[in-house]
Amino acid sequence: MSLDDRNDAEFHQRLIGEVLAAYPEKARKRRQKHLGTVTPADGCGGTPGCAVKSNIKSVPGVMTVRGCAYAGSKGVVWGPIKDMVHISHGPVGCGHYSWSQRRNYFTGTAGVDAFVTMQFTSDFQEKDIVFGGDKKLERVIDEIGTLFPLANGISIQSECPVGLIGDDIEAVSKKKAKETGKTVVPVRCEGFRGVSQSLGHHIANDAIRDWVLDKGDRASDAGPLDVNIIGDYNIGGDAWASRILLEEIGLRVIGNWSGDATLAEVERAPKARLNLIHCYRSMNYICRHMEEKHGVPWMEYNFFGPSQIAASLRAIAAKFGPEVEASAERVILNYQPLADAVIARYRPRLEGKRVMPYVGGLRPRHVVDAYGDLGMLIAGTGYEFGHNDDYQRTGAHVPEGTLIYDDATGYELEKFIERLRPDLVGSGIKEKYSTQKMGVPFRQMHSWDYSGPYHGYDGFAIFARDMDMAVNNPVWGMFRAPWKKPAA
Amino acid sequence: MPQSAGKILDHTSLFREPEYREMLARKRACEQMPAAVRVKEIADWTKSLDYREKNFARESLVVNPAKACQPLGAVFAAAGFERTMSFVHGSQGCVAYYRSHLSRHFKEPCSAVSSSMTEDAAVFGGMQNLVDGLANTHALYSPKMIAVSTTCMAEVIGDDLQSFIATARDKGSVPKDFDVPFAHTPAFVGSHTTGYDNMIKGIIEHFWKGRERAPNGTINIIPGFDGFAVGNNRELKRMLDVMGVSHTILSDVSDQFDTPSDGEFRMYDGGTTLEAAKAAVNAGATLSMQEHCSLKTLEYAKGFGQETAALHYPLGVGGTDDLLVKLSELSGRDIPAALEVERGRLIDAMADSQSWLHGKTYAIYGDPDFVHGMARFVMETGGEPVHCLSTNGGKAWQEQMETLFASSPFGQHGKAWAGKDLWHMRSLLATEPVDLLIGNSYGKYLERDCGVPLVRLTFPIFDRHHHHRFPVWGYQGGLRVLVALLDKIFDRLDAGSEAGVNDISFDLTR
Repeated sequence: MSLDDRNDAEFHQRLIGEVLAAYPEKARKRRQKHLGTVTPADGCGGTPGCAVKSNIKSVPGVMTVRGCAYAGSKGVVWGPIKDMVHISHGPVGCGHYSWSQRRNYFTGTAGVDAFVTMQFTSDFQEKDIVFGGDKKLERVIDEIGTLFPLANGISIQSECPVGLIGDDIEAVSKKKAKETGKTVVPVRCEGFRGVSQSLGHHIANDAIRDWVLDKGDRASDAGPLDVNIIGDYNIGGDAWASRILLEEIGLRVIGNWSGDATLAEVERAPKARLNLIHCYRSMNYICRHMEEKHGVPWMEYNFFGPSQIAASLRAIAAKFGPEVEASAERVILNYQPLADAVIARYRPRLEGKRVMPYVGGLRPRHVVDAYGDLGMLIAGTGYEFGHNDDYQRTGAHVPEGTLIYDDATGYELEKFIERLRPDLVGSGIKEKYSTQKMGVPFRQMHSWDYSGPYHGYDGFAIFARDMDMAVNNPVWGMFRAPWKKPAA
Repeated sequence: MPQSAGKILDHTSLFREPEYREMLARKRACEQMPAAVRVKEIADWTKSLDYREKNFARESLVVNPAKACQPLGAVFAAAGFERTMSFVHGSQGCVAYYRSHLSRHFKEPCSAVSSSMTEDAAVFGGMQNLVDGLANTHALYSPKMIAVSTTCMAEVIGDDLQSFIATARDKGSVPKDFDVPFAHTPAFVGSHTTGYDNMIKGIIEHFWKGRERAPNGTINIIPGFDGFAVGNNRELKRMLDVMGVSHTILSDVSDQFDTPSDGEFRMYDGGTTLEAAKAAVNAGATLSMQEHCSLKTLEYAKGFGQETAALHYPLGVGGTDDLLVKLSELSGRDIPAALEVERGRLIDAMADSQSWLHGKTYAIYGDPDFVHGMARFVMETGGEPVHCLSTNGGKAWQEQMETLFASSPFGQHGKAWAGKDLWHMRSLLATEPVDLLIGNSYGKYLERDCGVPLVRLTFPIFDRHHHHRFPVWGYQGGLRVLVALLDKIFDRLDAGSEAGVNDISFDLTR
């Protein structure tokens, strides 16, 4: 997308005003800080800004789409680590609803040496609330030891009650780690902590820092071209489609955090020469830690769409000298015909179509240029749980006047979609069906709508195909019965 | 290069390409996962009797349970009332989970709000969240009723919904006479079926409490938590209309979870009207389609002098017979010839297909009443339920199942497993194999691990589309279930046939 594009800031501002008018005053004051439009660059070479407030408590009763800290820890960061058992510690629901829902692909034998698609819970009953759950947790860990001997470790994902009844899961973890000789990680990701999934990511990162990285050193020797992929959860195989490119330019990927990861990959990560971070929002914390403690530098990259992939490959290669740089150029050249052919096939069908992403903490900016490669424009964008630094990074990718919504409510999204009538909305399952009923095409951009991978050159082809399928399916033309007159 | 613009490979085939196989092998080499031979050894052991014994000795660990938590049932129950918004008091992530879960099954929007309590509310209580939240929900979503339930966080800290709601009313969050029924739905008690019961009771208590009953001939019907409610409730209403029974469905989600695509998003559609819910106190009787979803509600209705009765998911011949006989008894209406013809058609189909179903063995899991109704129908086809498991079933359910098994020679191998999970079921299937497994989408892991064909007939069904739009209740529903079982059997028969190798039985007519 060209940054010369303009969105109609005045119209968007008016729309924000209309939407806010529906709120009671107290809520309106709070919500108005989260809605805005991208303002012009400052004229001194600065990037356009989107100065909305973010990472603040959601307003009660407005239908936020956000989740909780448990979702951020178990669902995002820890859950994909495949050779560990992740206990949903507390009542049965949290583990049930998040069971196998994130499509973190992995290889392994489920129930034997890999446990990603399983739901382990301590299934708290009333007596556990009254008398505490620590004893039960000990028995749960013992029983896991008996029935799942190939599990390389255990994480304890705390649900709300655990933090409210004063359980000491840290003491249990220490005791059981000593007894079993295996890694046991307590994670204080109770759902009431923080304001969204985001604090759960942070807590999960800290638990890796305190209970894995700083515990001994079982790492193998490191090589000069060793890197970690950080913040790629292998949704539909994303991390594999990324890894293949990094290997092709000559790097060795020693850790995949955390999609398809093993505990060993987490443990050895500090030996890498460079941490490559895709989802900055969920894993920047551990990158900063590894930089400070282990001297591992980190850089952000973007493997959505050929423009960003090529730029990222070059930037990564530049960290490793001329030989890798030359490989990177060869790889880019090698894949360019594929990218060109995909664009030639799909761009004519998608040119000028307007998209509204509303996703978690990365994709609202990271997918923008992939859409741009297909000639599609961004009408509005926003994060469920982004922070200020995410919005700062967003301005560079979207044109002036773009509508920005932070922690958008069900009401706001519906009104924005109704009035902007975008050609495509990219958000989650909760937003999917209401949007489609309005006759607006939709793709789930958390789970890739059961498709993927979308990362890398191989993934871009699938991304392009899927966006075309969504936008150009004949079903959208059948909504009005032929005997109904169009509304005046 | 595996990918091309002409033939785009996605995850279903991309990773089978040589480039990816090689890459995955390289990754494997540095993953420090157990050796293949060790994995095989343990995999085999997990299917042994020794493992089964250890697995069943578990006291604390729960693996792959077939149950969800109370508020899911409460949100589902509330969705069946006219323009009703569910408001779940507590942590907000829970609500995101319920909405996603129901949407993934129904392929429909599911609206519900949270009071978004955070750490400070954990310390000071969530009253302000509820007061502000109700005002916002009322202003933004124009509900006719807001049904409040709770997450476990609010329960652990002991928030008192009754007084909080009264305060919110006083503070003008909602108009004085606005309907705000509530139910405490702690996740650490019971399951989603308990939450369903609590919310239905909460709603009728809100409308009925303190009222004098003026009995009429209407019958209240409680469908219970049911993933097939869209098809089932419509079929149920059709049968009631054919019979001429005056009725009120207490919580009818059939329109709410099946709105049309015509350009308009209907946040609310259909459902039991609030007037009808109010008037339901005067009914002659309240009849539940699922006993274990309505224990408290029926007790409450009984207190008003209503006759009450409960079925176990009216599926199959006897299940439907019982429904119609009970309706006739309660309403005084005769069972019309039209329904008798439908019964005959189901029997006709069963007779036509009996040779393919007789003697087949089954494992069945799900909510207590579903397992009961399903096992009963299986026996009617000459099949033998062997492993019947309900994670949220208790002792009472187990006894009911044992009585059912004893009622038929086809039940002699039946065993009811109350409170067990799907990892227990894995051991059962591995050590005592059966011909068919009946359950939900989670059963696909059992199908893969144990090679037993899965028929998806209960909530949740995420990986197949639209099954819930067709009924499984009534004689019509029985036909649909019959076909599902037969199709699975026939498809499996044919799937193993390779030309010239083992296609001797690749018969054209069966």
